[in-house]
Amino acid sequence: MSGQDIGLWSVLIAVLGGAIRVGTPFIFVSLGECLTEKSGRINLGLEGNLVMGAMVGYATSYLSGSPWLGVLAAAGSGCCLGLLHALLCQHKRVNDIAVGIAMMLFASGLAFFYGKPFIQPSAPRLPSIGFGNWSDSPVVRAALDINALFFIGVILAPVMAWFLMRTRWGNSVRVVGESSDAALAMGISIHRVRLLSTVAGGAFAGIGGAYLSLYYPGSWSEGLSSGQGLMAVALVIFARWNPIYCLYASLLFGAAAALGPALQSVGIHSGYYLFNAAPYILTLAIMIISSDRKGTLGGMPGELSK
Amino acid sequence: MNQDIVLEAIDIGKVFGDVLALQGVGLKLQANSVHALLGENGAGKSTLVKCLMGYYRPDSGQIILRQKEQVIDSPQQAARLGLGMVYQHFTLIPNMTIAENIVLSRPSLPAVIDWSKEIRALQSRMADMPFQFDLQRKVRDLSAGEKQKVEITKQLLLDAEILILDEPTSVLTPTEADEVLEKIHQLTRSGSLTVLMITHKFREVMRYADQVTVLRKGRFVGAADVTQVNPQMLSDMMVGGESISKPPAREAHASFQARLKISGLQVNNDQGLPAVKGLELEVNEGEIVGIAGVSGNGQKQLVEALSGQREVTSGNIFAHGEIFVSNQRSIDKHKFYCLPEEPLKNACVGNLSVAENLVLRRFNHPAFVYWRWLLNRSAIRRNAEKLIAQYKVRTSGPDQAVSALSGGNIQRVVLARELAQEVSVLVISNPCFGLDFKAVADIRGQLLAARNRGTAILLLSEDLDEILELSDRFHVISGGELVYQTTPAQADLNTIGQYMAGH
Repeated sequence: MSGQDIGLWSVLIAVLGGAIRVGTPFIFVSLGECLTEKSGRINLGLEGNLVMGAMVGYATSYLSGSPWLGVLAAAGSGCCLGLLHALLCQHKRVNDIAVGIAMMLFASGLAFFYGKPFIQPSAPRLPSIGFGNWSDSPVVRAALDINALFFIGVILAPVMAWFLMRTRWGNSVRVVGESSDAALAMGISIHRVRLLSTVAGGAFAGIGGAYLSLYYPGSWSEGLSSGQGLMAVALVIFARWNPIYCLYASLLFGAAAALGPALQSVGIHSGYYLFNAAPYILTLAIMIISSDRKGTLGGMPGELSK
Repeated sequence: MNQDIVLEAIDIGKVFGDVLALQGVGLKLQANSVHALLGENGAGKSTLVKCLMGYYRPDSGQIILRQKEQVIDSPQQAARLGLGMVYQHFTLIPNMTIAENIVLSRPSLPAVIDWSKEIRALQSRMADMPFQFDLQRKVRDLSAGEKQKVEITKQLLLDAEILILDEPTSVLTPTEADEVLEKIHQLTRSGSLTVLMITHKFREVMRYADQVTVLRKGRFVGAADVTQVNPQMLSDMMVGGESISKPPAREAHASFQARLKISGLQVNNDQGLPAVKGLELEVNEGEIVGIAGVSGNGQKQLVEALSGQREVTSGNIFAHGEIFVSNQRSIDKHKFYCLPEEPLKNACVGNLSVAENLVLRRFNHPAFVYWRWLLNRSAIRRNAEKLIAQYKVRTSGPDQAVSALSGGNIQRVVLARELAQEVSVLVISNPCFGLDFKAVADIRGQLLAARNRGTAILLLSEDLDEILELSDRFHVISGGELVYQTTPAQADLNTIGQYMAGH
């Protein structure tokens, strides 16, 4: 009886810890995507930013010895990729989805190419804060070993919500995303707002990548990303383009991804691969629900439907 | 006298590529007056106004504002100079509230916006405004008339002294139009506003404007005090010497046999909500039945249901007493044709030639094929040449892509295609939207001629004048229901306006 209790508790705690650990990169990528989409553009290339960010972050950390410098460099690489995406999209009759897919392949390829020498060496990793040190249970300790980037993400979400609602710049982003006609009439430069939003969104995705290689899983390899960049797009739709909801949705995705390993840790092996597929099934389900023609999609920026 | 001129445009010229959009156009706005700018589509009204608003830099000429020459190179600069414009296609953001829309349009926003303070400030200023509304409502929930009022209020709150209105009443019911223009007129009289109004409605010019300027084909034709002109003179100035075809006389029909009958028709919109609710309607042989109404009251869904583009939830459509389902066989059998609005998008293949578009419905007809399957190009071409001449389509030849034609000529091509064969039932939606006088007269003439030949025509139009001119009797649609029925002879604009507005 009590053994079963401990099992259930440890699954719950492992899922909670997993939600935080696996969900952190989702927070950054989805907030980045959210900002870009709020300006009326979709950047599917964030998967590429993520992989590139992981490689650049890892390499910088290895070469400089400072993982935080790695995070900064990853953000920088995300900026550059975002800038390239934005510049390509500024041409008339260029489709942002197609550019995004091209950018994703380009950035991943580039990251693999330059990342070859960094697969073997081990770089200094981002430190974590042991919130579970009061406990004797190794499960609790592992689950509550939380990285500082998580807290930065948790703060970033309300800051972005505040930025979008309460600042002049943030409202410019919303206006451009809702109606380019209105933006023109108000004298807001659509190109500049979308460029900056895409660049900033790209930087956030880069940070998400650095988290992957510098904290969890914590090494650089070609199979590092399992499509988090693409899932973030679904996540933003699920979150109704609201940064706070993006945070919750990221944690939900993280929890879904942690389900399989958590069950395995208490000895449930049946359906392991099925549980591991939980985040993908969740993505699919969200896509089906949100593409239902009969339901109106609240919160969607007006320019995205064009 | 000269003191009274608040804005003057002198000898404005503008060239786009090799098209002379404006040439030597002048305009004088008297302070505290309503000035109407009249002209057909393509006469250069919008180009002139966009030069004043700083969207375009004129290639020649001067703009003098309050006795000082100004070079206006952006809408923001125009706003700083006290010029404000309400566009025909509103620039409000549907997903935001009225308050957000108004506050965000202010040029000098602080870096951090204190919404509660902004809204309080806005509310205190609203008391002086001619229109009142709940600031917390989302713009997407407003009717076209309310949006127009918000747009005007927005400009007034931005301290516009000269307000430019681009076809301000084109989406309003007659009652709403009168209300808005009446208020605008009062504002100019109270000494705080000068209005320049682009329009093509003579009634509004005669009733609300003080002066009028007429443009034609990018040139200045004349300007006058409204008291010195009448609609006939204005119409002559607008179209110049061009002859407008006279509509054929209406012939009475002996037999009245129902050709199209709609019974209890229910159709949903894209959101799955009912857009057409239990519609009952009959159209007889040799009769034009109109459906008047403000856009977005179910007209689009009704036409799509009739043309088979949209699923019918319940109810029936009968042609000649038989249940009609839109497929090629029953279309041929009942000679039941639908012409949706925006023909280039909905009734043509833009990249195909005029000749190909003219046989789009019948390219497999024996007259256009050899041995049942091979297209007879020369027959298709001969057919096109005949129809182009008959329907006065202006094109470089049958091989020109249809998308290269002007709006009026595209509508002529589509009408030629549908009316060239025997037509028993015709459903047509906004056939003259955005077309010039000559094209409108031609197309209305063709519709009347088809009616005289016995075609049953269901005409949906947002232009009440068109309904009044063409239909034998008409309904008013509001919220997906036919709420009123009358004939043009007995129609009372006020009553119709009430029903159109859903009262």
